[in-house]
Amino acid sequence: MDLREIQKILHAEILSENVDLSMDVPRVIASDLMSDVLAFSASGAILVTGLTNSQAVRTVEVADLCAIIFVRGKRPSEETVRLAEKRNIPLLTTKFPTFKVCGELYSHGIIEVK
Amino acid sequence: MAVEALFHKTFTIKGGDFGGAGEASVEIKNILKEIGFDPGVIRRVAIASYEAEMNVVMYGGGGEMDLKVEPDEITLVLEDQGPGIPDVDLAMQEGYSTATDEMREMGFGAGMGLPNIRKNSDDFNIITEINRGTRLEIVIKSHGSESRHSRRFSFDPYR
Repeated sequence: MDLREIQKILHAEILSENVDLSMDVPRVIASDLMSDVLAFSASGAILVTGLTNSQAVRTVEVADLCAIIFVRGKRPSEETVRLAEKRNIPLLTTKFPTFKVCGELYSHGIIEVK
Repeated sequence: MAVEALFHKTFTIKGGDFGGAGEASVEIKNILKEIGFDPGVIRRVAIASYEAEMNVVMYGGGGEMDLKVEPDEITLVLEDQGPGIPDVDLAMQEGYSTATDEMREMGFGAGMGLPNIRKNSDDFNIITEINRGTRLEIVIKSHGSESRHSRRFSFDPYR
């Protein structure tokens, strides 16, 4: 499944400009704790989080994740959005809470990071 | 005969700079990519470096991170003049944390920092003394791309 399909499923808004939405996303990791994200071999996964600061973007970059979905309608600062655009990391936001985001993605065949 | 380093750089880490924290680790990742290391090795170095950098920002009051790249191994040495770690064995336990609310709001302080560094390193050494500071030495071999627990872990208090 690609990011554009995920955007539709979650009724998500794309926050960063000029990003590649055709990338395939086979796996998801959901956490507000970046050390937990770093502890998993989550390479290639999408990050579902309520954490909107710059460290979410840096974690994605350091651990080779592919994109971020912010939950509960949360929005990062302009500065964080610019940082993500500079690093080609797509940012999306959805009004759904974490539980519903994970449920929807799971029911559409996306698996968790183990 | 000593092996010549492919690359050597010392980064300054600002204490309490939560916005800029992690920039040095991202630069290290880009340097290793440029040299052409295996992506798995680069990821291990970047994760260890990022966790260690965050520790210096959050607890150490700032310091330095020295990167030495050799063909067979990458060495990171982080030094701060912070409060030191009172109980290293406790700090090595997953979930143990002395983080403040501000640190947790940044997504850190889950008590996973040092365990994550150990998991991604081949050699890992902590030298710490109360009110003097902490020195962390991390070696990651460039052969083999999967993360694993370090073969060697040692802890020496200052003497």
